Amino acid sequence: MNLLVHLTYLAPVVAAIGILLGLPSRRTALIAALIALGAALIVFIGYDRAHAGYQFTSALPLVANWDLKFFVGVDGLSATLLLLTSIVEIAAIWLAPKVDYGENRYYACLLLIAAGAAGAFASLDLFFFYAFHELALIPTFLMIGIWGSGNRQSAAWKITIYLSIGSIILLVGLIGLYLLPPAQARTFDIVKLQQLASASPGTFAGPGSKSVYILLLIGFGILVSLFPFHTWAPQAYAAAPVPVAMLHAGVLKKFGLYGLLRVALPLMPEAARHWAALLLILLAGNILYVGLATISQKQLDLTLGYSSVMHMGYIFLGIASYNVIGLNGAALLMLAHGLSIAALFAMCGELRKQTGTLNYLDLGGLGTSMPTLFFLFGLATFASIGLPGFANFASEILVFFGTFKNSTPGAGFNEYQIVGTIALWGLVISAVYMLRAYRAIFMGERQARWQAVKDMPMNLGWAVILLVAALMVVGLVPRTVLDAIEPGIRLFAK
Amino acid sequence: MTMPPVFLELFVLALGILILVLESFAEKQDRKIFAIIGIVGLAIVFLVLQASGPGPSGMASYVVDSAAIFFKKIVVVTTIVVLIMSIDYADTIKRFLPGGSAQSGLGEFFALPILTCAGMMWMSSAIDFVLIFVSLELVTISFYVLVAYTRRNAASLEAGVKYLILSALATGFTVYGITWIYGVTRQTNLTQIKDILPSIPLDNQPGLLFGALLVLIGLGFKIAAAPFQFWVPDVYQGAPTPITAFLSVGSKAVGFIVLLRVVQSFQSLPAVGDRLITAIILLAAATLLYGNLAALPQTNFKRLLAYSSIGHAGYLLIAVAAIGARDSGLAVAVYLAAYLLMTLLSFLVLVIVTAHADGDDIVHFNGLGKRSPFLAFGLLVAMMSLAGVPLTAGFLGKFLVFKVAFETQQFFLIALGILTVGCGFYFYLKVVKAMYWQPAPVDAAPIPVSRLSLAAMWIMVGLIFALGIFPQFAIGLMPLASP
Repeated sequence: MNLLVHLTYLAPVVAAIGILLGLPSRRTALIAALIALGAALIVFIGYDRAHAGYQFTSALPLVANWDLKFFVGVDGLSATLLLLTSIVEIAAIWLAPKVDYGENRYYACLLLIAAGAAGAFASLDLFFFYAFHELALIPTFLMIGIWGSGNRQSAAWKITIYLSIGSIILLVGLIGLYLLPPAQARTFDIVKLQQLASASPGTFAGPGSKSVYILLLIGFGILVSLFPFHTWAPQAYAAAPVPVAMLHAGVLKKFGLYGLLRVALPLMPEAARHWAALLLILLAGNILYVGLATISQKQLDLTLGYSSVMHMGYIFLGIASYNVIGLNGAALLMLAHGLSIAALFAMCGELRKQTGTLNYLDLGGLGTSMPTLFFLFGLATFASIGLPGFANFASEILVFFGTFKNSTPGAGFNEYQIVGTIALWGLVISAVYMLRAYRAIFMGERQARWQAVKDMPMNLGWAVILLVAALMVVGLVPRTVLDAIEPGIRLFAK
Repeated sequence: MTMPPVFLELFVLALGILILVLESFAEKQDRKIFAIIGIVGLAIVFLVLQASGPGPSGMASYVVDSAAIFFKKIVVVTTIVVLIMSIDYADTIKRFLPGGSAQSGLGEFFALPILTCAGMMWMSSAIDFVLIFVSLELVTISFYVLVAYTRRNAASLEAGVKYLILSALATGFTVYGITWIYGVTRQTNLTQIKDILPSIPLDNQPGLLFGALLVLIGLGFKIAAAPFQFWVPDVYQGAPTPITAFLSVGSKAVGFIVLLRVVQSFQSLPAVGDRLITAIILLAAATLLYGNLAALPQTNFKRLLAYSSIGHAGYLLIAVAAIGARDSGLAVAVYLAAYLLMTLLSFLVLVIVTAHADGDDIVHFNGLGKRSPFLAFGLLVAMMSLAGVPLTAGFLGKFLVFKVAFETQQFFLIALGILTVGCGFYFYLKVVKAMYWQPAPVDAAPIPVSRLSLAAMWIMVGLIFALGIFPQFAIGLMPLASP
């Protein structure tokens, strides 16, 4: 049973190698994704919520005197994110269009990106936690550069350079974290580090801890497109092939947030409080500045790219609040945003394939010719805005409760409430741009030039329906996920 | 082993001479057989090295510690790969050599690297300035010949002259520095210098520092550290490609072992040792910045590798500057092992590709992913490792370098390192971009690869991943904490 977690990243890696060596691309990729999904589902359902903690663990010691090992296992949070990874993975592979050039490399790169994300979420060792995430960097570079659209080369360079610098800052931060405890207690083992932090809270609160935390915050922040390090994201997502945009915006970008929740916050609560004000200012930038930038976009792919940057602000808000409700909300929003943005990018790709343009001025009146897409896009739009019934609503409301809970009795509004209020206006902003996009594309007069446009074929629709259905299930019964996530968060937050 | 430890160097020397002698008697023989003899002989040396451990040497000027054994292994492996490349390069050599038969001149081209290898092996064990100097000269003089080997090629001749003049200048600095150190300490042996240093009177310390800095300049030339890097791009571009690989890996590796030994022995007198470290920090900063920034606009692959070689010297110097940390020697060793694998792999693919193209610019790699997927994959792995992508050997090296730098609080160098790693991603991925994004020329056919080269390539790809995924494997191969 414990080895099941390994399947989530091993199946795609093995399949990628097999495809490069000549196995049929699409079929192998789908089988691997199915195996990964099955494993992730069993792990998620089989995770014993009554006993919390890390389960399904297995370790292979590698370097004894650094306490470095290949250590894999899940708690509720990582089980949830593994599930997210494999759902988006199978949807992305299912939706992958026919490739004219280098089909085997296309699928191999796609599988490697998914494997990088899954491996990062499954690793309980700092070294491999970091290594897996960066494994996805080169395949992303190749995929955007070769099979991307529009200004793909500059987008590929930008995302690669940005993320590699973010990663190296993160690496330095992680090395600093490793060196914080006294020499004999140093370990790469995340579980041991967390035990160390709760047994002797002073270990990670020394003089260097604040610098280490800011390195981690900036490193992880660049990977999550925290304002002002966000400019790589919209361009890259707009240019990326659809499956890459789905996987990257939906899953891989969550790695930075996961890292904060897994490593930075539990180990260094003091430093996290110290830098909370800075984080609040930056995330307000994500919500307000990027939100307004999103409104001014004239193309669907860029709108979605910017909106995915903006929504990171809410997750950061939950993280900044540092209480159980807010952190629960942040974790749940990672899942919800991953599913909804993947669904939106999937449909955006279909739209581009049918019409050849994503410009709002060119589109219009497509609702009658594409009823299925019209309906599904509507659901995903509502989810993204945060309408009740979808997971996004459930998580955003938790984030806001968490933010406003950080009050000083009798002292009026503090910085949390101020930023929380700004963030509430952000919801209006996101309603404005999403509904505007919806209207511009689907509503209005039926145009003659779009007569020949065909609706989304049902076999592609299933992939989107899977994502939207998951959003609704979690939205209506958020406890299914929260029960798994919460015990882990209660270990370090109140 | 009951045989005296210098036996291995003598064996390599004899091997080189044997090939020279055999070559002059073999009129009709295909000269490539001599490269094979050399490879087999060196492989035996490697196996013996693998089986031997540190022990007493019975000589004051020569040590057999784990660092010496490790660096000898590096040198031997490098020479083996250089010989493999030379076989592929033989046709190009012939084009640029005057001579009666199609074979003339090839024998020396295979024999000289083996003699150089002997010199480098001596250098790895030398702890006496006299022996260091003599072995250094053995290495350098063989390189004078090798760099200018394709003498009908103007670029190669130019490279030879540049290397000759600047290398002679660097040697001058080294000897002058050794003289100053001898003048102050009355010793040439590093162990004895280390013991005697604490008793040096204050008045004589500036002279000692001056001598040490002069030696540092001489070694800076060997390891291609800025500002002593002028020769690197031109010599790398002009020299026959296998020799470029040899220069960039072998010459650098032995430069670093000597540097480590010298810096280590000066640590016993902090007044001088600390200033030496400061000088190395400045050297590291200049080297990192120069190597990586100047690599950005390069369009020629060989020049790119030349600047990358300078850049990697910068990371290695960070590890030397962090000599106070326990793992500093380990960091240098792991980094060099990784550097060996990824650089030789790049040069190997370069030799194969340029043999079937009319140049060695990055554009000549356009569409390689489609033409020869396996070669392209090999180069992709090399570039990933050079850039420092995790799960490759290059990442392990960078990880250790940043770790020891953090431990010794070298935050300035860390900040520079973050910047230059970002640059590295750009210029290494430029090659990846050419191979995979750009279309191949219309007339491009798949590139034929010899079985020996293909095997060497796959072994190096395997080792790059093995070192990256199982760090213990790397550390087990090189059991040393500090030299």
